Amino acid sequence: MRFNQYEVGNFFDEMFSAEGSPRSAAQALVRSIESLPEGELLTRQQAAERALLQMGITFNVYGEQAGVEKIFPFDILPRIVSAEEWNRIDAGLKQRIRALNLFIDDIYHQQRILKDGIVPKDIIFSAKSYRQQCVGWNPPSGIWCHITGTDLVRHSDGQVYVLEDNLRCPSGVSYVLENRQIMKTLFPRLFAASRIRPVSNYPLKLRDMLESIAPDHIQKPRVVLLTPGIYNSAYFEHSFLAQQMGIELVEGRDLTVEDEQVVMRTTKGFERVDVIYRRLDDDFMDPECFRPDSALGVPGLMQVYKAGNVALANAPGTGIADDKVVYAYVPRMIKYYLGEEILLPNVPTYICAEEKDLTYVLEHLPELVVKAANESGGYGMLVGPHSTKEQCCDFAERIKAAPRNYIAQPTLALSRVPTISGDHFEGRHVDLRPYILYGKDIFVLPGGLTRVALKKGSLVVNSSQGGGSKDTWVLADASHGTQRQEQSTAADTH
Amino acid sequence: MLSRVAESVYWMSRYVERAENVARFIDVNFQLMLDEAGGEDRQWQPLVNTTGDHEDFNKRYGTATQENVIKFLTFDTANPNSILSCLRQARENARTVREIISSEMWLQINKFFLTVTSAADNSDWLDSANEFFTEVKEASHLFAGITSATMAHNEAWHFCRLGKMLERADKTSRMLDVKYYILLRSADDVGSPFDDIQWAAVLRSASAFEMYRKRHGRISPKGVVEFLILDREFPRAIQFCLVAARDSLHAISGTPLGTFRYQPEKLLGQLCSDLSFASLEEIIAQGLHEYLDDLQTKVNAVGAGIFETFFAFKTPQSQKKPARVVAQ
Repeated sequence: MRFNQYEVGNFFDEMFSAEGSPRSAAQALVRSIESLPEGELLTRQQAAERALLQMGITFNVYGEQAGVEKIFPFDILPRIVSAEEWNRIDAGLKQRIRALNLFIDDIYHQQRILKDGIVPKDIIFSAKSYRQQCVGWNPPSGIWCHITGTDLVRHSDGQVYVLEDNLRCPSGVSYVLENRQIMKTLFPRLFAASRIRPVSNYPLKLRDMLESIAPDHIQKPRVVLLTPGIYNSAYFEHSFLAQQMGIELVEGRDLTVEDEQVVMRTTKGFERVDVIYRRLDDDFMDPECFRPDSALGVPGLMQVYKAGNVALANAPGTGIADDKVVYAYVPRMIKYYLGEEILLPNVPTYICAEEKDLTYVLEHLPELVVKAANESGGYGMLVGPHSTKEQCCDFAERIKAAPRNYIAQPTLALSRVPTISGDHFEGRHVDLRPYILYGKDIFVLPGGLTRVALKKGSLVVNSSQGGGSKDTWVLADASHGTQRQEQSTAADTH
Repeated sequence: MLSRVAESVYWMSRYVERAENVARFIDVNFQLMLDEAGGEDRQWQPLVNTTGDHEDFNKRYGTATQENVIKFLTFDTANPNSILSCLRQARENARTVREIISSEMWLQINKFFLTVTSAADNSDWLDSANEFFTEVKEASHLFAGITSATMAHNEAWHFCRLGKMLERADKTSRMLDVKYYILLRSADDVGSPFDDIQWAAVLRSASAFEMYRKRHGRISPKGVVEFLILDREFPRAIQFCLVAARDSLHAISGTPLGTFRYQPEKLLGQLCSDLSFASLEEIIAQGLHEYLDDLQTKVNAVGAGIFETFFAFKTPQSQKKPARVVAQ
């Protein structure tokens, strides 16, 4: 397949400039793809799909029959990020996470930011994800958000914006690792010739981070991953990460509390657990502390946590920074806590709880994207330009009924990446979710999940709504030369 | 390891073994039919009896024609022991323990499952039934080989082997039971060439034909019974299977061989001793059917004991009873 028919359109294209020539970071890739014999790229695309099916890299779709699995569609044309651009993203994310963590710690302690009037009190106290129970808790080293996935998008102005913060249980990193594995087998020579920063050490970094938050007196902490079970949409990822980290994958029913310790039921009796990487929302973790009807959690877990005998990642309560209204205040938080200007800007956001913004939003619904404060996965959203008049009216009523629950943003023209469509390439819209670990220091995985809206013209990249993924290649700059070599040697062993 | 995980690994392995045995039963019946002129259908009812699901079958299908039986045993999702159901359950169990088993094992069980589901969707499937059953056996062997070669021989591995060996002992005994009953019912057939063919088929369904010939030479009903129950070296013989299961059970519990700490260790130890000191004459004198029936009951009791000891939900309080080590 050739790119000569490829149309960049009125969008920012990640691979080609507006004039249609390959961007410098993508030149080697474009050359290599064009030099493949006719039909070869499609053959490799099919090989990738077969590998995904056989590896069982699937997700469960809610609303369909329980246990129905689908492959997460994968397009083999990667998204390329240049070294300079990545350095800016990396710095921006570190800044943001540092501020968000300070914010969460503040909310559950002195609440200075509320007293100083930077963030309105009622926004926080009315947030579904605010946890009164967490007030006064002290997670180890004051770190709450150990694992974050931040959604980034690029608009047609070429600027990368932060679209959303995911500080509860961000998923998708397993696809990053598996996609890379598949790409390496499909394009070994291209990999050898390019300087692509590795991602395969993520499970090592994650385990190191988790061990680092164990209660102080524990010599060799036992870390487990707590999953809601095999019917959860991200179950594949839970088992994959547990396997790659070499830790136990547990369900709530495997754990119990005894003598202020969390223990797990084994064939040899009960064994102590020190760190829990929980992939379960706060609400479900402990029926004695949060939702009493939860059968997925561990009764008494929070007592043990408060006593400092078990660490949880992420800490309960982090969801407050995940709220889409709170998001709108992040630039002000960065200024407040760090005294810095935001490096990676937010998408301009209208807060429906503020009267002036509300009026504007209601008048301009057909141009805007409206999001519910507490939903994720593309649910509870209105994409104005793609909606009917009835849908807009319906949403207007919902907003008026509960303005606190909504924000609105201009419809962004997400950037595109060439994607295989039948026997040719077409541009498809993408976003990018990098993963950030916060333990002793902050680590940003170079790359992340590039989600792609496979339907022509669609802007919704969520896997539950017809999205797929691509590998993300972050190119190394000169300073990464030796580091890359070491990491890839270490990583190739597993 | 986690009790829940141990249970899943154990059942994953049992279900793969069960699927393989069902494929063996059907395949060998095909072979038999080619040797027998007329009256084919009478060959198929015993097959259903072997699996122990004849009540369900009779209720839903009635007559045991070739087509009915194969459908019931291969792709019937309402039959929990059909090949398809076994694979579905094996895979579902594997899915819950993906972090415990090797990626290669998961890949193989997933491929195995896809092979069976795609055959189930193919309407011309019966034409290549033979190939299909061979594929099932091979896929199971491959899974066993991958398990042995890629998974640390740790506690989880021993639960795999325990499940597999108990399942295999059970299936060999059932197969022998049903065949013996059918074969000896018509006294006229005994010693006839047809009888030899039937007994050879019994051996073939346990992949035992060649190994039997090396050991016993001539085919005789008694020789076959002795080989499939008491042989210590043939991997599908009941004694071999139960000794392997016992070794794994003790590797899991850490209890020295010859002693017991848990009920299933006691049951399985006694069963193995009985087999060690049993003679063919005594078995025949007791009545083969009665002997095998009793053996199956005991194997089931071992299974139930394993559940109680290692898998069942317990609270911290119930565990605090002191455990005793008892010399046998």
